[in-house]
Amino acid sequence: MSVVTVQLGQCGNQIGFEVFDALYTDSHCPHGLCSKRENEAYQASCKERFFSEEENGAFLFLLIPLPSHSLNFSSPLVASQAISPHWCNPLWYIGHSLFFHLERGFFNKSSDGAYSVHGPRHEESIMNLIQKEVEKCDSLSGFFIIMSMAGGTGSGLGAFVTQKLQDQYSNSLKMNHIIWPYGTGEVIVQNYNSILTLSHLYRSSDALLVHENDAVHKICAKLMNIKQISFSDINQVLAHQLGSVFQPTYSVEGSCHYRRNPLGDLMENLVPHPEFKMLGIRNIPQMSENSLAYSTFTWAGLLKYLRQMLISNSKMEEVGIDWHVRPPLSRLPTLGKASLNRELQFNTSIANLVILRGKDVHSADLGGFKDPALYTSWLKPINAFNVWKTQRAFSKYEKSAALVSNSQFLLKPLDTIVGKAWNMFASNRAYIHQYTKFGLEEEDFLDSFTLLEQVVASYCNL
Amino acid sequence: MEEGVVNEILQGPLRDVFDSKQLITDISGSGNNWAVGHKVFGSLYQEQILEKLRKSAEHCDCLQCFFIIHSMGGGTGSGLGTFLLKMLKDEFPDVYRFVTSVYPSGEDDVITSPYNSILAMKELNEHADCVLPIDNQSLFDIISKIDLMVNSGKLGTTIKPKSLVTSSAGAVKKRHQKPFDAMNNIVANLLLNLTSSARFEGSLNMDLNEISMNLVPFPQLHYLVSSLTPLYTLADVNIPTRRLDQMFSDAFSKDHQLIRADPKHSLYLACALMVRGNVQVSDLRRNIERLKPSLQFVSWNQEGWKTSLCSVPPVGHSHSLLALANNTCVKPTFMELRERFMRLYKKKAHLHHYLQIEGMEESCFMEALSSLSGLIEEYNQLDATKSMPVEDFPRLSVAM
Repeated sequence: MSVVTVQLGQCGNQIGFEVFDALYTDSHCPHGLCSKRENEAYQASCKERFFSEEENGAFLFLLIPLPSHSLNFSSPLVASQAISPHWCNPLWYIGHSLFFHLERGFFNKSSDGAYSVHGPRHEESIMNLIQKEVEKCDSLSGFFIIMSMAGGTGSGLGAFVTQKLQDQYSNSLKMNHIIWPYGTGEVIVQNYNSILTLSHLYRSSDALLVHENDAVHKICAKLMNIKQISFSDINQVLAHQLGSVFQPTYSVEGSCHYRRNPLGDLMENLVPHPEFKMLGIRNIPQMSENSLAYSTFTWAGLLKYLRQMLISNSKMEEVGIDWHVRPPLSRLPTLGKASLNRELQFNTSIANLVILRGKDVHSADLGGFKDPALYTSWLKPINAFNVWKTQRAFSKYEKSAALVSNSQFLLKPLDTIVGKAWNMFASNRAYIHQYTKFGLEEEDFLDSFTLLEQVVASYCNL
Repeated sequence: MEEGVVNEILQGPLRDVFDSKQLITDISGSGNNWAVGHKVFGSLYQEQILEKLRKSAEHCDCLQCFFIIHSMGGGTGSGLGTFLLKMLKDEFPDVYRFVTSVYPSGEDDVITSPYNSILAMKELNEHADCVLPIDNQSLFDIISKIDLMVNSGKLGTTIKPKSLVTSSAGAVKKRHQKPFDAMNNIVANLLLNLTSSARFEGSLNMDLNEISMNLVPFPQLHYLVSSLTPLYTLADVNIPTRRLDQMFSDAFSKDHQLIRADPKHSLYLACALMVRGNVQVSDLRRNIERLKPSLQFVSWNQEGWKTSLCSVPPVGHSHSLLALANNTCVKPTFMELRERFMRLYKKKAHLHHYLQIEGMEESCFMEALSSLSGLIEEYNQLDATKSMPVEDFPRLSVAM
């Protein structure tokens, strides 16, 4: 089953490039550490999900970048020819008919520029483009929408497009990949844009997969040892994490057939209740290529770190982990548990998915993740915890583990954003005139605040 | 307007850049009289101007904004310029209006400049989306500084002879021939850097409308203090980190501001940093963290930073930074202007030149004055919050 990817805004497009590069490079990587037949099955599965083949044998990925100027093309019409150095991979390219040309971005206005004004204006063209891609798929697994939360195009148009997809393809799943902005300034009105985007997406999307700029930045600095970190570096780490989640895995324990419905399976495992839609990713190991040559890993070691990363809400191994955080005793009554967890800064999960790739993957022991103390009381570990495996190694890492978690990972960042946006709103409605100019009203802001306060409260009381 | 000035440009080295169909001239200027510029030329040329604007606008695939470049102290720029502003607002309400205004400095050769400026300010208050005030004295100080460095040989071999700035610094030596060219060059650089992200690629683009969106929290407060660094070039292409950080520090020093202002000691409402060249997001963030503690931001916008990265550096430099600050340090400029206005107005000096123009009455002056006073009062109120403790507003509570 195939996934149609929609990339929106400068952020979405820059990330999309890295993601497809990572997926392609990995699937054609000669160091899969498995049999040739296995490798071919892996490649075929990856191709089925994300790429469509052109007549000349090149792969075309299903995407819709908007606006095209964010890809640094001088003219959108000659996009396929004016391929800037970044896009020089001869084996895959973007057909220019897939570009939706918007002359300008939406200048950080989430709801006016993108949602209320430009969205509707371009609705038909956008939906037509998407329709074309959907028709190319033998069977549609769903949509993967890559966008930022802080800017204008990605956030506003993203919310709009997701809503339209909900209307038009109500049976298909939608997962939004959202970039959480840096705490300190990329965009001054980022908190407003974020709350507007999140509240709209909460109503129309099925799952929100979040990457925080601050967290990925730290990984680049501390683990990858990059001195002058660029957005390209950040996007590569991000793409690596996404790749380790979306690349094929076996469908049933022990079998060699690959899973056919990535989005559906993810949702089924991780989003049991519509009130809890926010997913975070953790990945281990992550290091620079130089260090990789000198490192060896055991499953026990990797999983121990990953588990601690989960319960202490760390973003990365070694440097960031707080080993003092431990799960409380499971004998405690449910009522006391939540407040005690808060005190201990313990991260409670609703559902977790661990994905293991590499050598001797069947020998890995995941008992630590099945401890009921990790989870809320209303879901038993047998339902809350799942594991996917494949023997095929991912992207030069002999062994790697990824964790996709629906837990309190994002509670604090969400709370912070809502708090800051509220402060700005309450201070004489600063910047609100910029939004009301385009048809948005204070009521809409208040609705967004209310919805998100509800989400915060729900996660808090796990 | 003034034929003489326009002709000079048409004979200069850039004559091919200007389309003669887009020029409107009249024989004389406005005689330093805002009323002549605004009311007389305004009504006389309204149709013509509108016609040409519409034609030009039609050529655009997507019109993003208008740039109005003028002075405040004269007659045409000030009067007709602000008339134009109102016209643009009526005719193209969705298109942003950016105004680069040169404010009269202390020693100014136009006696009636306070009148002209205050009358123009009212229009800017009401019809501009964003104003970048500039004053001649600051530009002159900056040129003198560059001059000093070039002459003293302090930077010696590190200055590239062909850079945009030093070639104009050379012009300062020929001071008596073209006195304003060097100063105007700085303003030109300001506009270049402002639009660079919209013209070139970068990892974090910023369109012009994002400037207004992020830097103008309340419609009235749309005056942005600008500063440019570096003012001289460095021959070394791989700038060691220390030098790069110096560029950021300089942007906040009062010597680099394009008006007489000291943002570091006043209150910031918002700040934008537009970087060009080989600078990455980590350099940007490091410098923001470093400089943040020494700057005061308004309580509800403690992280009021807007940033953009453009990969293409300006000619002759390896990177540059333009900082735009919405800061209460513009207040003294306005207060000074008001004072100079009052000195003339109390004596009713030169007033008759204005009042004899049809449509001008004393009430125009009073309205303009109260508009400016209102603006100053808003800045005063913000300044008053400077030393108040930061309190969070109580959040909405939801039933569980």
